[in-house]
Amino acid sequence: MSAHPRTWQRFTRAERLARFSVYLAVVLAVGWAVHSVEIIVEFIWDAPEQIADMGRRMWPVAWWFYPKGVHDALVETLNIAAVATLLGILMAVPVGFLAARNATPSRLLNNLARLILVSTRSISTLLWALFFVAVFGPGALAGTLAIAFHSIGFIGKLFSEAVEDAHRGGIEALTAAGASKLALIQYAYWPQVKPAFWGIALFRWDINVRESAVLGLVGAGGLGMALDTAINLFQWDRVALVLATIFAVVIVAEFVVTEIRKRII
Amino acid sequence: MSARATRAFRMTPLARLGWLALAAYLLWAMSALEFNLARFILGVDNGARFIARMLPPNFERWDLLVKGLTESLQMAFVASFLGVLISLPLGLLAARNLLPPLVTWPVRTLIIACRSFHPVIVAIICVKAVGFGALAGIIALTVASVGFVGKLFTEAIEEISMKQIEAVRATGASFMNVVIFGVMPQVMFRFIGFSAYETDANLRNSTMVGIVGAGGIGSTLFSAFQRFDYDYVFAIVLSIIALIMIGELLQVWVKKVFRQ
Repeated sequence: MSAHPRTWQRFTRAERLARFSVYLAVVLAVGWAVHSVEIIVEFIWDAPEQIADMGRRMWPVAWWFYPKGVHDALVETLNIAAVATLLGILMAVPVGFLAARNATPSRLLNNLARLILVSTRSISTLLWALFFVAVFGPGALAGTLAIAFHSIGFIGKLFSEAVEDAHRGGIEALTAAGASKLALIQYAYWPQVKPAFWGIALFRWDINVRESAVLGLVGAGGLGMALDTAINLFQWDRVALVLATIFAVVIVAEFVVTEIRKRII
Repeated sequence: MSARATRAFRMTPLARLGWLALAAYLLWAMSALEFNLARFILGVDNGARFIARMLPPNFERWDLLVKGLTESLQMAFVASFLGVLISLPLGLLAARNLLPPLVTWPVRTLIIACRSFHPVIVAIICVKAVGFGALAGIIALTVASVGFVGKLFTEAIEEISMKQIEAVRATGASFMNVVIFGVMPQVMFRFIGFSAYETDANLRNSTMVGIVGAGGIGSTLFSAFQRFDYDYVFAIVLSIIALIMIGELLQVWVKKVFRQ
């Protein structure tokens, strides 16, 4: 035994150094950002008055406008979200299978699929919407495709993780029996990933409902279009109506998802 | 035995009806989108022209590009910091295993309200309240962060083991002591993961809120788009993708550092 009692340390020196550098980087980044971001202070003092003004203009909410100008947009938003989720799933599932290391034993295909997943996800829905509006013209079609393409990355990534988590037992048994690739997917993978799959689909639908309410700002259909028109015309009572509609839809969507989740999964 | 193979766990008539209704709805929704072959062909033609005008990307006005990206970064950092700072106490106050419903309900409602609007929509309101520029974007992103991180924090706290809490309580610890010595050690690692994730999400959103005038690269992008400067648009999009990918790599790295 040495004379000096050895002190126990939870982390190695390298680990502590890594942690410290992360903390330091966070402090430096936030400090730099706070210090250098351009904020016009006069605007802050003016804010309460502006908010009060906005509140006065928003009240009373133009409920009467709902059947005339918002209902159709709401239906369109829901349609966009549902069809886009379906399209997204159709495109994402094959890519997800290709990205899963156990289902596709080729490294090249894995990495290619991963590249597709990462790149579709890093282009935001609004960017996709700008692109598809330029291609197909303004309207719900552009919005649907935008959300569908952005969803590929999200659904595909979670789906490939679910496939990779599948137990090997059933897969090996079927492979040993000489099952074809298709039979393998149908009888070995699908039953195992099914609960995760429905969870992902519901989750994404919920997100897509929120996203499809924004897309209209760049001309891609839905509630955002009604919002954009009302804002451009300074009709704040109608803006309030659209916001209330969006809020209601989002709450209902979240409720539906939680209820279905409780029953199916 | 019947000749037909019978399946185990057959669908109930009600479930079948549900699936039929879903399929019918999707078909109807698709028909409402007015997608047809003529439009598709026209679209492919447009798309080819669009892509031809995007290439090669034009980095000539790189100074504007760098300025926009820097502002996006600043907004994302400040908003993530504020968002996590606000979410910490809120997440604690919303945890149903630590506090009575009288406290948790109002806080949970606040968190849900923050989450229910897309950051871009919150940004519209903020632009009206505090004018164009980065401040509106920071507020919008902070609200979105509170909605998201607050929810994740709450869930993480609700999943902790109560044994350690009881042990700390048995020593006569105050509420703050229970939080510091009973709750935080159990959730700290997950909190760091959530914060890293949220910073990444804010980075993505900070490139978008500019479309409604709330600062960052989004305003540069949108005005370039409206002027049909598609080659400059492509340069901006490429820079945004690069920024987001760097953000994702950093996020993964930070999570790795804190995994024991």
